Amino acid sequence: MADEKIELLVCLGTGCESAKSDVLFAKLSDEIKKHKLENKAAVKRIGCHGLCQQGPVIAVEPEGLFYCQVKESDIEEIIQSHLIKGKPVERLFYEHDDGTRIPHYRDIPFYAKQTRVVLKNSGHIDPSKIDDYIAVGGYKGLERALKEMSPEEVIEEVYNSGLRGRGGAGFPTGLKWKFARSSPGDVKYAICNADEGDPGAFMDGSILVADPHSVLEGLSIAAYAIGAREAFIYVRHEYPSAVASLKKALKQSYERGFLGENILGTGFNLDIRMMEGAGAFVCGEETALMASIEGKRGMPRPRPPFPTEAGLWGKPTVINNVKSLAAVAIILREGWEWFKSIGTEGSPGTAIFSLTGKVKNTGLVEVPMGATLRHIIFDVGGGVGTGREFKAVQTGGPAGGCLPKEKLDLPVDFDSLREAGAIMGSGGMIVMDETTCMVDVARYFLSFTQQESCGKCTPCRMGTLEMLKILDKIREGRGEEGDIEKLLELCDTVVKGSLCGLGQNAPNPVLTTIKYFREEYEAHIRDKTCPAMVCRDLVKYVIDPDLCIGCGACSRICPTGAAQGEKKQAHHIEQDMCIKCGACLEVCPPKASAVLKIPISKTLADIKGGAQ
Amino acid sequence: MQAPPTDQLHSKLIPMLQEIQERLGYIAPEAVEWLAKELKLSEQEIYGVATFYNFFRLNPPGRHEIRVCLGTACHVQGNEKLLDTICERLGIQPGETTPDGRYSLERVACVGACALAPAIVIDDEVHGRMTQRALQRLLDKIDREDEEAMKKRGEK
Repeated sequence: MADEKIELLVCLGTGCESAKSDVLFAKLSDEIKKHKLENKAAVKRIGCHGLCQQGPVIAVEPEGLFYCQVKESDIEEIIQSHLIKGKPVERLFYEHDDGTRIPHYRDIPFYAKQTRVVLKNSGHIDPSKIDDYIAVGGYKGLERALKEMSPEEVIEEVYNSGLRGRGGAGFPTGLKWKFARSSPGDVKYAICNADEGDPGAFMDGSILVADPHSVLEGLSIAAYAIGAREAFIYVRHEYPSAVASLKKALKQSYERGFLGENILGTGFNLDIRMMEGAGAFVCGEETALMASIEGKRGMPRPRPPFPTEAGLWGKPTVINNVKSLAAVAIILREGWEWFKSIGTEGSPGTAIFSLTGKVKNTGLVEVPMGATLRHIIFDVGGGVGTGREFKAVQTGGPAGGCLPKEKLDLPVDFDSLREAGAIMGSGGMIVMDETTCMVDVARYFLSFTQQESCGKCTPCRMGTLEMLKILDKIREGRGEEGDIEKLLELCDTVVKGSLCGLGQNAPNPVLTTIKYFREEYEAHIRDKTCPAMVCRDLVKYVIDPDLCIGCGACSRICPTGAAQGEKKQAHHIEQDMCIKCGACLEVCPPKASAVLKIPISKTLADIKGGAQ
Repeated sequence: MQAPPTDQLHSKLIPMLQEIQERLGYIAPEAVEWLAKELKLSEQEIYGVATFYNFFRLNPPGRHEIRVCLGTACHVQGNEKLLDTICERLGIQPGETTPDGRYSLERVACVGACALAPAIVIDDEVHGRMTQRALQRLLDKIDREDEEAMKKRGEK
């Protein structure tokens, strides 16, 4: 076989980049030059490859080898052994549960159990090069739409594919376009909603970094279909690398005639402008997003009129999520029948999740709609991985819900999740184990929506605040009988009395945790204990004098000086000074394990007595 | 561009505020005065928008900006405890700057590094898989570097 040029693909997704993969990229480039290997190997930057847990990762193509957790000091060995001697560095391959090493990423369960459609290019092409995208069929969908199809035919194609909005609501994309097309008026707008605000979700940001042109292509197709000559991308400013990636992609698209005047010689004109958000979660709501583009406070307004009738500056407007638009480009390229063959009858296509929390393989995951939660968390994600018990999975961000292990066989699609009390949402999926307190989780989400409430609707503004006060009370061990009922009543009011999705869905985390984990609430209220030992007012840290070796690690790290003791003598923790940050527990050497976290009502003697 | 001219002017407000903050580090009162004339808006309107969005700050930031991610993944992995430690060490609460102007502290909702939770961003650099010990080392390092820089300046 002729020697093909080896390509080293260095992942520069957020995860790998924060693990200093940019340093690896620079060093690899230098070393290849130094060893005069330019004819043999090339280094390429890629966006998120997916398996963030193992970052920084380097994929080696065309073989499909996969190096995990690469350090700067490993580069020399990769150069010497792999590039010069042709012997891949085995110790950097993915380590399987049984200790064996898996060389190719396609054989790693995390990848093998996925179906990558929208994420197909992510981690394989250089996002900064438009030619890379074109080489894998990019802009073919736009070309087909502009040259072979009328706008109505494009809408028909998307409608037939059954694509439903990936922002979370699941409204049929083709139908939305049809409404906007048929709304009267010469001036219309297409908007890409890239204001991915859900905490714990990074899919959209990753796609924008790894495959920005797919989103631009989808947006151009949407604009053509509805008759827009101007389009916007509203990106979250907290994603500087997505902003940079889009800027570059936009520039290249204009240069190559995919944007601007007379696109591909068809007479179609389109300008796409990028706008950075300014850190308001509610701007992910479409009417708030439009207010923000207009330069106003991002506050939602009642619908109808829907944006397809009166949107940006009162003109008919279509707003689509990043993943929806990336899927559109593929539908136009591959045809609606192909897309419809994936997923379920009611929800065709794939679902993309950012899988995080207490799970072995964190990262970016794409599966056909209808795959079960169990498949995603255990087959792809590798399970909890800490030896602890799976407790719950949270989908849909602050508007979503927590589902218990009894729901693991639930198929993941728009309708099934809603029925169970959670929502599909944009794609955050956070796994929780027995060390996660469900009251604390509910409080966390509620405090988020409470802070992000724009304040327009009183039930949302005040109702969430009252709910938060009750949850704080429960968390601090001051809960009373009847608090759960009060919470449920408030949930009802907030759902009914709020204008937009933020308020209407804000109670979901509380409702689902009460529904599935009521006994945890009751333990906090009646027994004043936190079963997961998370709520700080219900736990304390103590040092077992029999185990303490007096190394002083705890007293050195303690930020308040609560951990005290003479060198080589048993230490103790002054409870009055302790802020319960847990630093002492973290640094106590495993051979001693003298720091213990115990329920506030117990003493060390109780715990030790119970153990005997 | 197709939008009516007055709306066009208004739609420049957020991008211009962003640029002001990028250059000055915050939205200074003088800048608002200037912007009001430029965009034919009242200062109240501008403050209304600036205070609605979390991104804009009306006070100068510290020399080092610490942003503690409190996204869901980071929360579940215990980032709130790390935040407590930072508050205790610097003696400030989120949203504040130390009296010596060295540090400012913010809580942010998700920086997208969920797979590396818990994450803390210091001066735009994301630090993933943080622990109490790693945090202590990081802050010690910054203190040391600042001290050395101060000494150097003092000697010159």
